[in-house]
Amino acid sequence: MKQFAKLVNILGTSTKTNDKLQALQDYFEVASDQDKVWVIAIFSGRRPKRIINSTILAGWCLEIAAIEPWLFDECYHTVGDLGETIALLLPEQETQNETGNEHTLSYYLQTFIRIEKEAEQVKKDFITSSWQQMDRNEKFVFNKLITGGFRIGVSQTMMVNALAKTVKVSSSIIAHRISGNWDPATTSFDDLLSETVAATDFSKPYPFYLAYAVDEDLDKLGEEDQWQAEWKWDGIRGQIIKRNKDFFVWSRGEELMTEKFPEYNHFKDQLPDGTVIDGEIISLAAPADESVFKPLPFAALQTRIGRKTITKKQLTEAPVGFIAYDLLEFEGEDIRYKSMEERRQLLERVIAKTNYPALHISPVISFNTWAELGVTRTKSRDMGSEGIMIKRKSSPYQSGRKRGDWWKWKIDPLTIDAVMIYAQKGHGRRSNLYTDYTFAVKDGDKLVPFTKAYSGLTDKEFAQVDSFVKRNSIEKFGPVRTVKPELVFEIAFEGIAASNRHKSGVALRFPRMSRWRTDKKADEINTLEDLKEMLKIYNQQGVVEATDL
Amino acid sequence: MPLIEFSDKGLYCRQGNFYIDPWKPVDKAIITHAHSDHARWGSKYYLCHHLTKPLLQLRLGDNLYESVDWNEPVFMNGVKVSLHPAGHIIGSAQIRVEYEGEVWVASGDYKTEDDGISGAFEPVQCNTFITESTFGLPIYKWKKQPDIFEDIKNWVAQNKENKKTSVLIAYSLGKAQRVLMPLSEMGLPVYVHGAVWNVHQALVNSGWKLPEVKRVQPDTPKEDLVGNIVIAPPSADGTPWMKNFYPYSVGTCSGWMQVRGNARRRNTDAGFALSDHADWDGLLQAVKATGAQKVYATHGFQSAFSRFLNEQGIEAGEVKTEYGGEEEESKTVGENEELIIKN
Repeated sequence: MKQFAKLVNILGTSTKTNDKLQALQDYFEVASDQDKVWVIAIFSGRRPKRIINSTILAGWCLEIAAIEPWLFDECYHTVGDLGETIALLLPEQETQNETGNEHTLSYYLQTFIRIEKEAEQVKKDFITSSWQQMDRNEKFVFNKLITGGFRIGVSQTMMVNALAKTVKVSSSIIAHRISGNWDPATTSFDDLLSETVAATDFSKPYPFYLAYAVDEDLDKLGEEDQWQAEWKWDGIRGQIIKRNKDFFVWSRGEELMTEKFPEYNHFKDQLPDGTVIDGEIISLAAPADESVFKPLPFAALQTRIGRKTITKKQLTEAPVGFIAYDLLEFEGEDIRYKSMEERRQLLERVIAKTNYPALHISPVISFNTWAELGVTRTKSRDMGSEGIMIKRKSSPYQSGRKRGDWWKWKIDPLTIDAVMIYAQKGHGRRSNLYTDYTFAVKDGDKLVPFTKAYSGLTDKEFAQVDSFVKRNSIEKFGPVRTVKPELVFEIAFEGIAASNRHKSGVALRFPRMSRWRTDKKADEINTLEDLKEMLKIYNQQGVVEATDL
Repeated sequence: MPLIEFSDKGLYCRQGNFYIDPWKPVDKAIITHAHSDHARWGSKYYLCHHLTKPLLQLRLGDNLYESVDWNEPVFMNGVKVSLHPAGHIIGSAQIRVEYEGEVWVASGDYKTEDDGISGAFEPVQCNTFITESTFGLPIYKWKKQPDIFEDIKNWVAQNKENKKTSVLIAYSLGKAQRVLMPLSEMGLPVYVHGAVWNVHQALVNSGWKLPEVKRVQPDTPKEDLVGNIVIAPPSADGTPWMKNFYPYSVGTCSGWMQVRGNARRRNTDAGFALSDHADWDGLLQAVKATGAQKVYATHGFQSAFSRFLNEQGIEAGEVKTEYGGEEEESKTVGENEELIIKN
């Protein structure tokens, strides 16, 4: 555990990617195979189930440290991380456990699994006695393993790259082998990385190919006829897999979502075995006519995800379809090496044979010049899309985010000017700094809160706003400060939907601060009327002509 | 009328007609220590400890200064004033004020661990204690100084192995001299930023025996720095001046480094929670040792700390002051440092 705690410490404090990569490599060199498997699992989102909720965990800490709940809360809001707060509050042991009887990372994680269904007292005994054997750094890591959200500045890609260097296999192969359905508790390091196992795991998805945003003149991309343009749909990127008569749906976050979309059950029968399709999981209005589809705002899909059981009402109000982008496996063969043009032809054949109205192929946008495409792009929002994808016709299907062949050209966001009314301290590197704000628009002489936003400002701007909040707070409600409504920000967002969960009646998609309007006063901000007008305009989307096949 | 009032210029004793650490110019100022947020420019008369005087001269220039020894009483209109070691930095004092049998103590900044250079904190009995609370939350519990020094030495050795310069960020007055002690044991040349150099010279000139340091000059060859140590103030962190030392690793010495988020925000490679302020246990221990019936908590987590004291049966209130500069990530610190370099 000390070894792993040291790794996490380096990963969490290092400011350079190379240092992090080196630290991971060093760890993989010395760690036991079993611990390595767990580290791969942790950094690819496969932690064991949470065995205890945060409130109970915090309660045990209160008991041991003998402090009142309010004081714990003060500490938590200053530290901005529950696991770290607990590690800092627990008493340090005078004599540390000698390395001789130190437990391994695997030991702790496997014990979590073993006692998952046991009584609370069993968990308490295990956790509190573990604390007693650890230094502060280990306690922090241990608590993070319990509370989840192991976000410490390491991406799955970085972990894959380090692993690739250690075992001397290319990173795209590693990425594929560690994807899919495997259980760290029962998988050995050799099995995980061996080819034969990868071949027999029928659920295994391919790593997604992701695009970069267009950052230069489109003319530099060269001849227009080398490229294919499609709409960029706003759902969840997903992969549907039919292999060995079995059917799987994976999200880009490598979450297995097969059960969430009963609509897809039909694919199971209709898709030929040995088929893997990349596309968008998206809510589509029930089609009156099979040749058209009408995407619903992301908010509709949101009512479906995160639910364990899906009601009939949800199925009717937010039916889910699939818009196919690409074909990765055809007749059991991995065809990612083929050109996109070839893959597209095969994809069209597969879709044409599938008689299911909610499965569409992503229509190709015809254009002759980049300028013409630019004009089409301005209609994205009417189509219910968030911009345009530009893909090189000769491109293979790569893994991860790569430059050069695929580009996304998103539309400019919607914006509205609003005033900050509440502030709360942030987390992680923003701990003890007011960085999470709530914004309001005007409604007559009242201010109506309508969104929160946490990002978009520079560190320096955050420091300035933080100091404003500290000097201008009116009231304190727990961690939230009411502040003098004075600072005006331009809030940018990707979409707007009606919501009865918010006082304002609207919910925004991806809100962030695009500009600090130091030139504007609080009485010059937008009104609730303006927001409602936007809602009206952007929820009357048109329908998309499905490509004629 | 309370013996000490909290005025908009600072802590004020009406009977003695003097201020303690005023943040605006006044006639008579008693200064706890020479940090810029406590020792401000513009007053007509300054009273401080002998050790603080040369530091005030360095920072504030020529003024009317009077200095006293520990526990050497000065009477001001019948009010007995004396200074007692606060253990914060060289010369740092708590101010004891007595009138007609009532005793108040203003702590200034203090720490209870004896760092071997700033004097050992002396608990002073009083009726009312005005305490700082910079680190007044139970998450702040410092490791013992020898352990932190060990961490720092290991980090420097590791950097030397990787052929990197160790750039230690430490406040030029106090922390810089404190970290110099373990570093000098390593036998490596120690280079310092101009601001640290100036304080160092002022201390040497007033008779302090400090380990030898070299000032970083524009023409200091980069090879001389490789694997060695540079001590620089927070204002130099991330500047082109520092970037010249590449390849280097930055270590920040500050109590705020106790929390990981702070270290990440500063973009520092290594954070050492080495503070010149009392930690949670230190604050509690100090408050209890005064035997005070009433406590005022200022600059820091005063609201949490005073609430906690009240729950412990010690009557406590919170007071807003304008102190709290050097451990904060404040701009004024940087500006001060720049001024010193130009002088």
